[in-house]
Amino acid sequence: MTRTVVVVGHGMVGHRLVQALRDRDAEGAWRVVVFAEEGRPAYDRVALTSYVDDWDAARLELDGARYAGDDAVALHLGDPVTAIDRAARAVTTASGRVQPYDALVLATGSAPFVPPVPGRDLPGCHVYRTIEDLDAIRASVERARTGVGRGSAMVVGGGLLGLEAAKALRDLGVSPHVVELAPRLMPLQVDDGGGALLKRLIERLDVTVHPGTSAAAIEADRGRLLARLANGTELDLDLIVFSAGIRPRDQLARDCGLGVGGRGGIVVDAACRTTDPAVYAIGECALADGRVYGLVAPGYAMAEVVADRLLGGAAEFTGADMSTKLKLMGVDVASFGDAHAATEGALEVVVNDAVAGTYRKLVVSDDAKTLLGGVLVGDATDYASLRPLVGRPLPAEPGALLAPAGGGGGVGVGALPDEAQICSCNAVTKGDIRGAILEQAADDVPKIKACTRAGTACGSCVPMLKQLLASCGVEQSKALCEHFTHSRAELFEIVRATGITTFSELVARHGSGRGCDICKPAVASILASLGNGHILAGEQAGLQDTNDRFLANLQRNGTYSVVPRIPGGEITPAKLMAIAQVAADFGLYTKITGGQRIDLFGATVDQLPAIWRRLVDAGFESGHAYGKALRTVKSCVGSTWCRYGVQDSVGLAIELELRYRGLRSPHKLKSAVSGCARECAEARGKDFGVIATETGWNLYVGGNGGTLPRHADLLVSDVDKETLVRVIDRFLMFYIRSADRLQRTSVWLDSIEGGLDHVRDVVVHDSLGIAEELEAQMAEHVTGYADEWAGVLADPEKLARFTSFVNAPGAPDPTISFRAERGQSVPVPLGIPEVVSR
Amino acid sequence: MTSTVPAPAWTAVCPLSAIEPETGVAALLPDGTQVAVFRTRDAVYALGNIDPFSQAAVLARGIVGDLRGTPVVASPMHKQRFDLRTGECLDDQGVSVPTYPVRVVGGTIQLGRP
Ligand code: SRM
Ligand SMILES: Cc1cc2nc3c(=O)[nH]c(=O)nc-3n(C[C@H](O)[C@H](O)[C@H](O)COP(=O)(O)OP(=O)(O)OC[C@H]3O[C@@H](n4cnc5c(N)ncnc54)[C@H](O)[C@@H]3O)c2cc1C
Ligand code: SF4
Ligand code: FES
Repeated sequence: MTRTVVVVGHGMVGHRLVQALRDRDAEGAWRVVVFAEEGRPAYDRVALTSYVDDWDAARLELDGARYAGDDAVALHLGDPVTAIDRAARAVTTASGRVQPYDALVLATGSAPFVPPVPGRDLPGCHVYRTIEDLDAIRASVERARTGVGRGSAMVVGGGLLGLEAAKALRDLGVSPHVVELAPRLMPLQVDDGGGALLKRLIERLDVTVHPGTSAAAIEADRGRLLARLANGTELDLDLIVFSAGIRPRDQLARDCGLGVGGRGGIVVDAACRTTDPAVYAIGECALADGRVYGLVAPGYAMAEVVADRLLGGAAEFTGADMSTKLKLMGVDVASFGDAHAATEGALEVVVNDAVAGTYRKLVVSDDAKTLLGGVLVGDATDYASLRPLVGRPLPAEPGALLAPAGGGGGVGVGALPDEAQICSCNAVTKGDIRGAILEQAADDVPKIKACTRAGTACGSCVPMLKQLLASCGVEQSKALCEHFTHSRAELFEIVRATGITTFSELVARHGSGRGCDICKPAVASILASLGNGHILAGEQAGLQDTNDRFLANLQRNGTYSVVPRIPGGEITPAKLMAIAQVAADFGLYTKITGGQRIDLFGATVDQLPAIWRRLVDAGFESGHAYGKALRTVKSCVGSTWCRYGVQDSVGLAIELELRYRGLRSPHKLKSAVSGCARECAEARGKDFGVIATETGWNLYVGGNGGTLPRHADLLVSDVDKETLVRVIDRFLMFYIRSADRLQRTSVWLDSIEGGLDHVRDVVVHDSLGIAEELEAQMAEHVTGYADEWAGVLADPEKLARFTSFVNAPGAPDPTISFRAERGQSVPVPLGIPEVVSR
Repeated sequence: MTSTVPAPAWTAVCPLSAIEPETGVAALLPDGTQVAVFRTRDAVYALGNIDPFSQAAVLARGIVGDLRGTPVVASPMHKQRFDLRTGECLDDQGVSVPTYPVRVVGGTIQLGRP
């Protein structure tokens, strides 16, 4: 016989219960009746803040939340339960309906806690929990807009929810003040050190933080609100949002005599049963194991337990992981395990890097052998690999584990046992995922998601899923994109061997579809490396990224920057004056770059040819600041002037820059020449760097500044100039042939099989017998070089592409405007920048 | 006194041949709106030129291609892709740019009012 389960509350957890029950109740043992207080089906409350992006409530609705086509579920929206009669086993609703039940599940969630501040009920005071709350906040902001200046708001509470609210307010164009009683932000998740850094990072984003104080009183003041803080600060505000914590909604349970905790919450046992065996409570209204869980994952776990119990199972809720990883206003915050070192004898290992803006702490057992928890602020990349290690032996010294991400310290997934939880949102272990890969043939991340649900909630475990695929021997595709199954290196060989000269022929014969923003520029670069004329000739123009297409660098407001080549950084006063005159005449912002040359910013598309006409006439060429090509060969002043110099570093730098200018490669190429071992040109930070010796030159390769600095490795030493140039020719051409798309020489050198020794074998000892070919290719480049900008100026067809509007050439783009800063023009910011929430 | 002159329903923009296949150009409408007009191998599309992520008027300068058969343009600013037919962003659900009616009459591209 069919029994009836009544679910009170259609929030995230209530919905998960109905889904789990309907998924598993094959026999149709239960009919489900849901009563919802809110007037809409369950929605993604976790993503509530994203509602301000588009005000589209339908987007937040949870999948399948209307139970369309399922006759076993009746969903009554906007009809809350007002009383429970346990003796009669029936509930009464606001509309007067009386619904009998065999089992009752309370999933009423929680309500925002509003501290008893005088004035808290004034118009303009809000809470932050439902879609309707956000609509009301929006109305207040809009009212504030009619006033003068930027609106301002106070958020009471600096925890997770308070910072979410501050983000929403900032996205709405209001300056938020965050008031937090505790001495730091996110007191539940992070410790003092992490909180201090978090405050610094958040304050950079135009949010004012008031820690260690509270709102003492709120008054209406000429249509606005005046808030007095306990520390004496007064804030003049348009609106106030309370998000100072939550209180479980347990009134129904209290009224019918179920057990509730001293500080609220409906008492449940491991089966999620209340003190009445016919009544369950799940989600944020439940007090399980003495605590209320304010996160969705534990609520989901409780829903699964109750679904199992209703079908006669014996599942238990045994507490949940309170680990969190978030991106708040672009700032990474993660805490896991015993983040506050509450365990007896726990030790803390902290790396606080004020310069990098990162704070990393591990909590370990008193013998420093077991990981207990941790806090990461500023960079939470290692969260995914560290969290599963909680409660397990440390695979390395705590200090080594905290080394900056990518510094070699990080833990590989291989070190984890099968029981380690990889996805904490959905409680999926390493063993489950390996099972899916090995037994269910899940050979990519989407398939793992489908088989195990791992990675389907917050997404922070996805990098680990990729590592697990690799460790199970599943070969990760080298395909460039959906249009080519080949790697870049393979495509290079195809183009070289077949002599194909157009993208359309290549994609027709060796790929599929029409191409995209990944394969088109990659193929354009290959065609250019192999010498196929001007990069804007015919079809090639449409393959190029905007920088290459307009031979200039795109700026944030849609204008471009112009960088003339200044080989070796040496420049005559006359040429300096020519640049200065162009900058003055076109009103361009001017800056000395980090590459020993000059950048002119703020040119519109249609100004570029006129600017370059002047520069070319003054003897300048393109500097390729826009291209994946040779950028600069920096120099130090060298033996001509410097009292320590042993060789003419400027002369060599100029020679090398002129030789390799215009050379297209998988990524940009940088170089430098220093006149002695003092290394003033920083040659060892370059893709190929040269340092003078008493008897010749040392060549270093694979250096990198930027995101992940790497010192270059010595390839050959004390060679004469002719040998030096020959080795560089071969080295560069070998790299261009075999590297991946957007792979700098540093990464290529570290990933190529055999590493530096192999590269030395090929380019010095010619172990592959291709040296001659590599040299011939470079010779072709050197003789074939022509200045790209001169090429455009000489060709009316190419020039015609540099127009603002096809139907109004020369008409200025109305969105572009400038303001003055320190005597130069800079762009007026466009709109509010996009901020990511997680 | 004010009077309303009905705007013509279609504005001629440029000859079809002015757009290289698989690229786009920007056009300025009389009211100051900027439209990105794209020509693929077999069709012409028109979207708002403003990239909603950066607010810069640059979509016409993006790379045209396809994503599992859907014709798309990738914003040159930060590479989000937009469906050329509907204006919807395929990388960020819920974000979209306006689309404009577009047709080719006698070799000339014409834009309609949205
Ligand atoms: C203009 C300049 C900054 C400045 O005002 O000084 C600059 C500006 C840009 N850099 Fe840089 N970099 C500049 C010197 C550097 C340096 C220093 C150097 O070259 O000595 C480095 C570190 C050295 C290195 O590359 O190893 C540097 C490392 C980067 C990186 C990180 C590369 C990496 O391998 O990690 C990027 C991002 C990328 O290329 O993917 C980048 C990307 C960029 C881009 C192109 C970002 C973009 O796509 O819009 C910037 C735009 C330029 C523009 O708008 O005109 N820039 N950039 C410098 C131009 C030098 C020149 O004359 O050409
Ligand atoms: C802005 C915001 C951001 C968040 N971010 C995160 C996050 O990043 N990670 C995370 O894990 N958690 C987060 N949370 C918390 C998460 O949303 C909750 O843990 C989760 O929604 C709890 O689900 P629930 O079903 O228990 O309660 P709720 O989703 O609150 O649902 C309870 C429902 O029951 C209804 N109800 C109450 N009483 C009755 C009644 N008598 N009759 C009928 N219906 C009733 C309510 O109206 C409500 O619709 C966030 C919350 C907010 C507000
Ligand atoms: S590297 Fe040597 S030669 Fe060059 S400036 Fe420095 S000290 Fe002088
Ligand atoms: S940990 Fe959140 S989805 Fe896996």
